[in-house]
Amino acid sequence: MIKLEHVYKNFGDLEVLKDVNLEVKEGEKLVMIGPSGSGKSTTIRCMNFLEEPTSGSVYINGEKLTHQNKTKVIRDNISMVFQQFNLYPHMTVLKNLTIAPMKLHHKSKKEAEELAFHYLDVVGLREKAHAYPTMLSGGQQQRIAIARALCTESKIILFDEPTSALDPETIQEVLDVMIKLAKENITMVVVTHEMGFARQVADRIVFMAGGQIIEEGNPEHFFENPESDRVKQFLGKIIRK
Amino acid sequence: MSGIFSARAWDKVWTYRSTFALGLFNTVRTAFFGILLALVLGIIFGLMATSGKKPLKFISRVYVEIIQNTPVLLQCCFLYYALAFSNHSIGIILTGIISLGVYTGAYMAEVIRAGIEAIPVGQFEAASSQGFNYIEKMYYIILPQSIKIILPPMVNQVVNLIKNTSCLYIIGGADLISLTYSFVTGENTGGAYAPAYIVSGLLFFVICFPLTKFASTWEAYLKKMDQRIQFAQHTTIEEGVAANE
Ligand SMILES: Nc1ncnc2c1ncn2[C@@H]1O[C@H](COP(=O)(O)OP(=O)(O)O)[C@@H](O)[C@H]1O
Ligand SMILES: [Mg+2]
Repeated sequence: MIKLEHVYKNFGDLEVLKDVNLEVKEGEKLVMIGPSGSGKSTTIRCMNFLEEPTSGSVYINGEKLTHQNKTKVIRDNISMVFQQFNLYPHMTVLKNLTIAPMKLHHKSKKEAEELAFHYLDVVGLREKAHAYPTMLSGGQQQRIAIARALCTESKIILFDEPTSALDPETIQEVLDVMIKLAKENITMVVVTHEMGFARQVADRIVFMAGGQIIEEGNPEHFFENPESDRVKQFLGKIIRK
Repeated sequence: MSGIFSARAWDKVWTYRSTFALGLFNTVRTAFFGILLALVLGIIFGLMATSGKKPLKFISRVYVEIIQNTPVLLQCCFLYYALAFSNHSIGIILTGIISLGVYTGAYMAEVIRAGIEAIPVGQFEAASSQGFNYIEKMYYIILPQSIKIILPPMVNQVVNLIKNTSCLYIIGGADLISLTYSFVTGENTGGAYAPAYIVSGLLFFVICFPLTKFASTWEAYLKKMDQRIQFAQHTTIEEGVAANE
């Protein structure tokens, strides 16, 4: 479904990704963890070309992403949920959910709104359809952002630290929605520090440090007997926290 | 005899009212088409400046810097005489439309650039991540948010353009200021300085004041809306907290 092949990314002189190779299968739930600044965001952003790799290739559904085809490939395959929600503040919740289906996927207003209300039910916010995003709490905004990602019926959803900007008491409501989603056949790539979520949902966990994938494996492997010291150190810190 | 209170002077202005009407008409049509041109140029060069493409940014920068750092009078003369001497004269009004449009376009481009750059990068990324192309992203997501930042300074530029139609004087003008000047210095009409300039000024004021008033009212309205949304946000969150307790 997603394949990164020898991906390097530099920002000026700074080498942020150094030969990242990763394959995500259809329907797989991949969780990426690692210390801050290790290149997790850059990696996930290479998957939808918000960052274009300095060298190396990204394949979506077997098709190589290029500067030319990225808009179409992304439109047809991928959505993203951001740390800062990034809802469109000048539109109601309903409009946030229907704009892409109507303008990009040629759905009628009626079809798009039916779809929107369906996914508002999924995230439990039907009654907020006519509210503006700034009137919602962070947790509610993020649930709307997830509904927006679902409304384009993408097979792949990327999550970059979806709960890191939330007040502690609203984190769980967002995680609950994501756990619910994980039961569907959607390919999910999730950067997170929520180890409970990772353990419960991940088919596979990837650990990054210094712009490289240091270790990968299933949750049992990761939490019971990780190989590298850096993973042990990291987990020690996170769990103590 | 040319005093403000001279009935004869006022009478003279009234007699030659068609001169003022003609000046007004020329000023208004120069301004109208000049504004259209300025808008088109402003949007094109403003978008180029925020496209992230180096060559486009560079071209936009060159346009803005040249236009903003030379006098509009010079640009106007340059266009008029360069064309006149190459036997392609396009007339005073058209020269005015083009030179004022190009001049104001540079300021419009800056206004639009600033309006776009004020939108958080997350908005661009969210739109890209949904598969909006550049034009769609601007049209549906970015510009509707920029418009409230752009509109007030843009109206100020429109008002400046209207006032700058007086530049046509230097190429033999047909605008309101030029005709007023010929009126007060004319052999048959001369003398009624104060009334003529008062009438001329009033005509400008009548056009420009509603525009600036509109801009400031709009700005105040948007500020109020923002406050209302923030207020609503606070109350809903507090209600939420209260409900949880
Ligand atoms: N747009 C950018 N320009 C310059 N440096 C960047 C940019 N984005 C990320 N970086 C740098 O790349 C490194 C990796 O960042 P990131 O991928 O965001 O890490 P993580 O998500 O794991 O915290 C950091 O050192 C960060 O400062
Ligand atoms: Mg990050």
